[in-house]
Amino acid sequence: MLKNEKLLKFLGKKIVRFIILLIFVIILSFLLIDMSPINPVKTYIANLGVVSPEKIAILESYWGVNEPITTKLINWLANILHGDFGTSLIFRAPVLDVIKERFTASLVLMLTSWLFSGVLGFILGVVAGFKKDTVVDKAIKVYCYILQSAPTFWIALLFLMVFSVYLGWFPTGLGVPVGTLSENVSFWDWLHRLILPMITLSVVGIASITLFTRDKLIEVMNSDYFLFAKARGESGWNLIIRHGIRNILLPAITLQFLGFSELFGGAVLVEQIFTYPGIGQAAVSAGLKSDVPLLLGIVIFSAIFVYCGNLIADVLYNFVDPRIKEGEENE
Amino acid sequence: MEKLLDVENVSISFIQYTQGLNQRDLKVITDLTLDISEGEILAVLGSSGSGKSLLAHAIFGILPENARQNGKIKYNGKELSQKDKEEIRGKDIVLVPQSVNFLDPLMKISDQAIGHTENDEEKKAKKAKQREIFEHYNLGPEVDDMYPFQLSGGMARRVLVSTALLSDPKLVVADEPTPGLDQKTVEETLNHFKHMKEDGIGVLLITHDIHAALEVADRIGIFYSGYVIEIALKEDFSGEGENLLHPYTKALYKALPANGFELTKGHQPLHGEIPKGCPYYDRCEMKFGRCKDERPELIDLGNKKVRCFKYEGGIEDGT
Repeated sequence: MLKNEKLLKFLGKKIVRFIILLIFVIILSFLLIDMSPINPVKTYIANLGVVSPEKIAILESYWGVNEPITTKLINWLANILHGDFGTSLIFRAPVLDVIKERFTASLVLMLTSWLFSGVLGFILGVVAGFKKDTVVDKAIKVYCYILQSAPTFWIALLFLMVFSVYLGWFPTGLGVPVGTLSENVSFWDWLHRLILPMITLSVVGIASITLFTRDKLIEVMNSDYFLFAKARGESGWNLIIRHGIRNILLPAITLQFLGFSELFGGAVLVEQIFTYPGIGQAAVSAGLKSDVPLLLGIVIFSAIFVYCGNLIADVLYNFVDPRIKEGEENE
Repeated sequence: MEKLLDVENVSISFIQYTQGLNQRDLKVITDLTLDISEGEILAVLGSSGSGKSLLAHAIFGILPENARQNGKIKYNGKELSQKDKEEIRGKDIVLVPQSVNFLDPLMKISDQAIGHTENDEEKKAKKAKQREIFEHYNLGPEVDDMYPFQLSGGMARRVLVSTALLSDPKLVVADEPTPGLDQKTVEETLNHFKHMKEDGIGVLLITHDIHAALEVADRIGIFYSGYVIEIALKEDFSGEGENLLHPYTKALYKALPANGFELTKGHQPLHGEIPKGCPYYDRCEMKFGRCKDERPELIDLGNKKVRCFKYEGGIEDGT
């Protein structure tokens, strides 16, 4: 089929671009880490107590600390190609395992809040746009401006203080209750701890999508085709649903997917404050504690994650918008 | 003949910020009066950007929020409130817009033409009707599933016209239906309006294309700086223009390449710089003393109307 061919060609191009991007990310992060004062040997021996200089020299040659950067990079790349990302120094476990566990926890957090903020933000935006200049609109706008200008960590702290400390509705942190074996952790325990970080992350993400949707809807409402639809006798919510939402849904979804990178950034802060055992928290500890293999691994997987978000946005855009879809067929 | 639409002394103004927080009321249409009967085509002829489209928007009650409208718009003798307009728009009175940009870019043509339906039965009935009218306008079934950007200029025009006719309207308001089209499509479009006229539909043709207006209209309203200065019969635009009344209309007629190509000096005063008296005062060749400070009213001369002191005592008095 013609359409499938188009899609394959499109995806092929994207994958080539992705590989190029990945190579650059790898080289850049490798260079940056090499230039930084991070020293993995020090981290390693910090846990071993007193270590003789001879031992340090042995460790350094074992890890290739003094080899030229090209050799290091090539060695590391070769290992990655075999699926070996090395061993995390702080978790004392293979990097892949750590990332897998942490990423799963983070994904749940990020995706739920992403969905939540997307749906709620879109609805609020449509309501505000439709009821433009009314009290409802103003209330939504003020709410968005406050959130937009407030830093994520501050909101997270505020939520933690109000809901966990004063009201005691939610635990103050951690992914599961302390002192419980992992097999005894119930779904509810886990959900209970997910709610507050999830809400924090959503609330922060709502503002941009709401304001964007509101703006787009007002733009559509001022368009010629909206005017003509009115002149044809359409009105009220029907008009908004038929002509408004149809025309703003796609840009809104695209924006939400493009927001994957911000979501990731927000998750790092939120996880840190709620001590939620996700990838963001792991990244921060890896950076602070010179865990080079873990840090590099996280960088790569984050890049993949954000790129996937943008890729989905692109594919959706191609799939939903008839102008792009049919236009390519007519080429 | 029964008057279908009566527009009486309609003015439309916008609130505009000048400097800082100072506001002023910018009058775009100062005094617009016209009427249309069943089976009649009335053209409103005015230059581009003179605010003619606002007349259409006023009739449909879709003016922008910062616009203020005064005067009366009557339909079948009854003055229309905003609610009435919302009630009858798209049913008795329909709009033929300027271009394909007035169609939702993301909705298939037939869905747009049909509009919102309450249930499947209604949808089916409307769909059948839409197909019938589209067929009549030489639009094949494949057009139903097209998106606006896929239509050619002529097709888009036919879609807009046939969409308008879907609700069996009494009055069609066509807002600049001809610009940017090739000669053949223009003629085709104008023919559509002639057919509507034959079916007893009143047509208000808003245009700046004098040829189009002369070709189809029964009467032509001349719009100058926010005023209707004359409503003339089509037949008056003939010979030396001796039957035309207002000096501007005469000048306009003589400026046509076929009638001498004479150019009158000056330009139409823009909104906001219209003189206190007659809007045509500065360029008029036969002005009286009072024209400077006194604004002439539109004088009703039976089937014609003119806004000039010369004709206060009737046509004979003026000539």
